[in-house]
This record gives sequence, structure tokens and C-alpha cells, in this order.
Amino acid sequence: MLRYVIRRILYAVPILIGVSLLTFLLFYCTVSPEGMARRNLSAKNPTPQQIQGWLHEHGYDKPRSEQFKKHMRELFLLRFGNSDASGEPIWDRLRVGIGPSFLVGSLIFLAALLTDISLSLYVAYYRGTYLDYWATFLGVLFMSINYVVYMIGGQWIVSKLLRLAPLAGYESGPTALKFVFVPMIIGVLAGIGSTVRFYRTVILEEINQDYVRTARAKGVGEQQVLFRHVLKNAAIPILTSTVTSIPLLLLGGLLTESFFNIPGVGSMTFDAIQSQDFAVIRAMVFLGTILYIIGLTLTDISYAIADPRVRLE
Amino acid sequence: MLSPTRVCDWNNMQFSATFSNLLNNALPCGIVALVLIAIVRAGRTPLWAEAYRRLRRNRVAVISLIVIALYASVAALDSVGWTNADGAWTSVIDRVFQKPQERYYSAPFAFMTVGEPKPHRLNARHILGTDAIGNDVFYQTLKGCRTAMIIGGMTLLISTPLALFFGIVAGYFGKRVDDAVQYVYTVLNSIPDILLLVSMLLVLGQGLWQLCVALGITSWVGLCRLSRAETLKHRDREYVRAARALGAGHGRIMFRHILPNLLPIVIITTTLGFSGLVMTEAILSYLQLGVGEGTGSWGNMIDGARLELAREPIIWWSLFAASTAMFVLVLAFNLFGDALRDAIDPRLRS
Repeated sequence: MLRYVIRRILYAVPILIGVSLLTFLLFYCTVSPEGMARRNLSAKNPTPQQIQGWLHEHGYDKPRSEQFKKHMRELFLLRFGNSDASGEPIWDRLRVGIGPSFLVGSLIFLAALLTDISLSLYVAYYRGTYLDYWATFLGVLFMSINYVVYMIGGQWIVSKLLRLAPLAGYESGPTALKFVFVPMIIGVLAGIGSTVRFYRTVILEEINQDYVRTARAKGVGEQQVLFRHVLKNAAIPILTSTVTSIPLLLLGGLLTESFFNIPGVGSMTFDAIQSQDFAVIRAMVFLGTILYIIGLTLTDISYAIADPRVRLE
Repeated sequence: MLSPTRVCDWNNMQFSATFSNLLNNALPCGIVALVLIAIVRAGRTPLWAEAYRRLRRNRVAVISLIVIALYASVAALDSVGWTNADGAWTSVIDRVFQKPQERYYSAPFAFMTVGEPKPHRLNARHILGTDAIGNDVFYQTLKGCRTAMIIGGMTLLISTPLALFFGIVAGYFGKRVDDAVQYVYTVLNSIPDILLLVSMLLVLGQGLWQLCVALGITSWVGLCRLSRAETLKHRDREYVRAARALGAGHGRIMFRHILPNLLPIVIITTTLGFSGLVMTEAILSYLQLGVGEGTGSWGNMIDGARLELAREPIIWWSLFAASTAMFVLVLAFNLFGDALRDAIDPRLRS
């Protein structure tokens, strides 16, 4: 296992080099640093000295090769430096934001996972009936609604009409649940269509296997078969599709957090996009890639744990 | 008077206006004609004739296809037009549906503006009311069709050839070429989608074409993988070996022999991908990275209507119109894509 993990880390190095090359190409070679300075300086008509000063402060006035070295070094040592817009250290803001992001993200994730699995088992139990047909159709309906519309509509219905939750905002501690309520419902509804459809296919594939027939022949009840025999085997493809996204929960939801004013990493990225803060976006791209690769590795490991036939060598 | 679309000299004003009108209309007409010809010609091959037969029996598929055709015709009519007396280029949709400008919000079919201290009389009836600056919402929704279709269509035109070329080449040659292509798409795929898209757009700037390019570059990986895997299956089939024995070159084998066999997957993936692209536009508009103010789009309408539900009285028509228009199109594409998949390849039936 350890050897596998080490090999996986070594595999990740060329990918990370590729990603940082790409970000360098995008953010240093295509964008004019002058324009960037103009956007970030608060003065309406900055003097050339001011622009020069800003460029110097953020290291955009050095020659390309120098910039490249600095860029690579910073990314690989995870020293992201300061934000282009506010000058704050990026790590400070990340440290503040990761808590709320992870809390909100993991609550949505767990709620969605539970609903999706139980719903898909339910649908698979009634396979071939009208209930199955309409559930599939409803799933497509839910899939076709835009996430932005979900957020606007969800906030309006739950918080404004029914007054079940505050409109937006966040508090740490147990009161956070109150604020997570609406984002959670929206997160579950928005993903339910595609996920239930996928899980249903997975479960139906298992249902036609020999071991299910054996279990039925032994006289095991249909519910027992579904929940004990089928679910365990269907868990493997379900694991592969979900574990990858767990580390990415740290980065938070860009849309959800900014819309509901949750002070997480997602909101921070949203602000960076609004102010064209390239330093923060570079850092997020790199962090996102690292977390994605960690997610893939975790997927493989969980796969090996869940399925004894899989060996990681 | 000086026409903004003038291509020839002063004396030939009349001629040049006609000429530029022709030029402007040739492209959309050409595209529509090409699509129709492709559909009709495909119907003559056995595989697609069979697929058509199955689709025709599927009521959901027929209805969704009609809906898609309706949207496409609105988009096409919005791309066809001619210059006015004052030299402004106006499309057919503009001519039929453009309503006089009002001062402020007004409800559907209302006679007065709403939300002003002193309501004004409206100049015309508006089926879906007007927005904050008095534009007709129904007209704006119709204008959004063209933007959505261009985003979906242009992006697929960029990403599909890219994906097919690299996928087939990687699968066919294997070894070094395969490694290189796999490396490129693994790198692109490791960056979370939305972050990659955002960085591309921040660098490229705002606008319809920039959006299509950014979406195209970020969305080719899935199809590339599929076509690579599929080419690997076909590479050693007998028909390929026969072609090679007859002296066909690599290019000919890849693009005349293998490519047609990938078309079913390509069609299914692009149909299902179209709806995702239309949805992404709204998300990017919310992030202020959409098509920009100048171009009417559903994403812009939804983003603009974000705070309107909190108003008193509630302004729901703008949000309702844009999100319903988008919902119906996306739903039609999703349902049609599923039906198409079942019709083309019954093995994939879920």
C-alpha cells in the first residue's frame, strides 16, 4: 500500500508541473501586467510610478525566466504569497475559510449521498413499474434546472415564503446548521437527477448477478437482498464516483458560498474572480489540482479496501 | 446617409447594402442547409435509417426534437435580417417582436408600470412584462435563443474536431503519441472544471467568441478519452487490416475508415453535452464572466433578476421567462439525447 501511494505521488509530479506551466502561460504570458496593475490600483488614473511600484511589489516587473522560476518555486513549496487585490497573505484567508467550507461542503455531501443511495435503492426495488418510470423522468427534470435558478428559487421559497431559515449568512458553532439548511436542500436537489440515475444503473447491473439468484433461492426476502447483498456490491462503483470529490470539499462551493454569504474558500475565490485577483486564482487552480489527485489516490485505496479482489501493486 | 455596414464605395451605396445583407444572411442559411442535408443524407445509411425508425416511434423523442427545432428556428430567424432605412441591421425577430421602450418594470399584460411612485402609462402590451429599464422581457428571451444556440453549437464545433483528432491519433498510433495526448488531457482534467474555465475567461476577456473558445478548450477531454478508447478497439479489426493491406495510408485509415465508426458516440456525446454548455453559460454569467452586457442571454437575464424576487411587489417575470426558456431547451436536449442513445445503440440502454 505504501509503495503504491509513493508511486502515485511520483506520478503526480509531472501533472503538477504541467498545471503550473499552464497557469504560467495563461497568467504571465497572455496578460499584460500594466493592465493588471491598473485594475488593482485604487487610483483612477495611476501615475507610471505607481504602476511600476505595484509591478515591483508583486514581482511582475522581473524578466520572464526569473518570473518562471519564482512561479514554480512558490507553487511547489505551496508558498502562495500575497493576494494581488488586497495584499493579504493568501494562506491567512485560506486558513479562515477552510473551516466553514468543509463544514458546509461535507454536510451537503453527506445529505446528498444518503438521499441518493436510499432513493436509488427504492427506485431499483420498484424497477419496471410506473414509479420507476416517473422517478427517472423526474430525475431528468431536476437535472435540467440551472443551479443559479435553484439558488434563487430555493432561497425565495424556503427563506422568504416559508421563513424556515435565514436568508443568508453564517455563524460558527451549532447555529451554523440553520444557515446550511437551504444550501443543503439545493445541493441535494441539484445533484439528485444524474446521481440517482447512475446509482440505479449500477444497482440494476448487480441485481442480475448469480449471487442474487442464489440468495433469493435460499429464501432471502427482496428487501434483505437489496440492502444486504446488492448494496454492498454496488458500493464499489458508488465509492469510485464519490470519494474523488471529498478532498475538493475543502475548496468549497463557488456558487453556494458566494450566494449565501458563507465566508469560505469558495467565497474567497468568487471575490478573486470579481477583482481579477490572479494570484489567488493561480493558487486555487494549483490547490484544486493537488486535492483532485489526492482524491484519485484515495479512491483507489478505498477501492482496494472495499473490494478484496483489487490489489494495489 | 452613411451605412455602418457599407462595404463598397459611396456611389454604389444601394448595391453595397444589398451585398452586405446577402453576406450576413448567407452564413446562417448555409448552416441550416448543411444541418438539413446532413440529416437527410444520414437517413440513407442503414445504421441511421434504423435509428430514425426507432426515434419516430418514441413520442418523447419526437416532441423534444420539435422543441429543439423551434428554438433553432428562432435562433436562425434572429440571425437572418436586413438593414433598415437608417442603416441599422435588424433581424426578422427584431422586426416582429421588438416593442417600444418603457420607463420601468411592468407586469405581464399590464397597462401601467409597476413599482414607481407615479405609474406611467405603457406604450404597448407586453406578454411577459418589462424589466428595470423598460425592455420587453419576451423579446429578450427570444434574443437569448440565438446566444444559447451559438454557445452550444460553436463550442461543439471547436471541441469535437479537437477531441476526435487527438483521440483517434492517440488510439491509432499508441506509444509516444498516446503518452503525449494522455498527458495533455490528464493535466487539463486534473484542474477542477470551473477553475480552469474561470482562468481561461479571465485571460481571454469577455464576449461570445471568447466564451466559446474557453468552453471548447475545457470540454474536449471527455470525448477525446472516449474516441481514444474506441479507436483502440477498432485498430486491429479486420476492416482496418484489409485497408492497410490495400495500401491505404495512416490518415486515410484513421479518418475515412475508423472515424465513421465513431460517429454514433460522437453524436450521442455532443447531444448530451449541448445542454451542459447552455447551463454553464448561466453559471458564468452569475460569476460575471458571461457573454457581457451587449449580448442578450438567459444567463444575463437570470443574473439581473437575482434580487428582483426580494422586491415589493415581486418581480418574477424576468427570472421566470429566462429560466423556463433555458429549462425547456435543456430538458429537450437531455430527453432527446437519451432517446438517441437508446435508438443508436440499444446495448447502452440504461
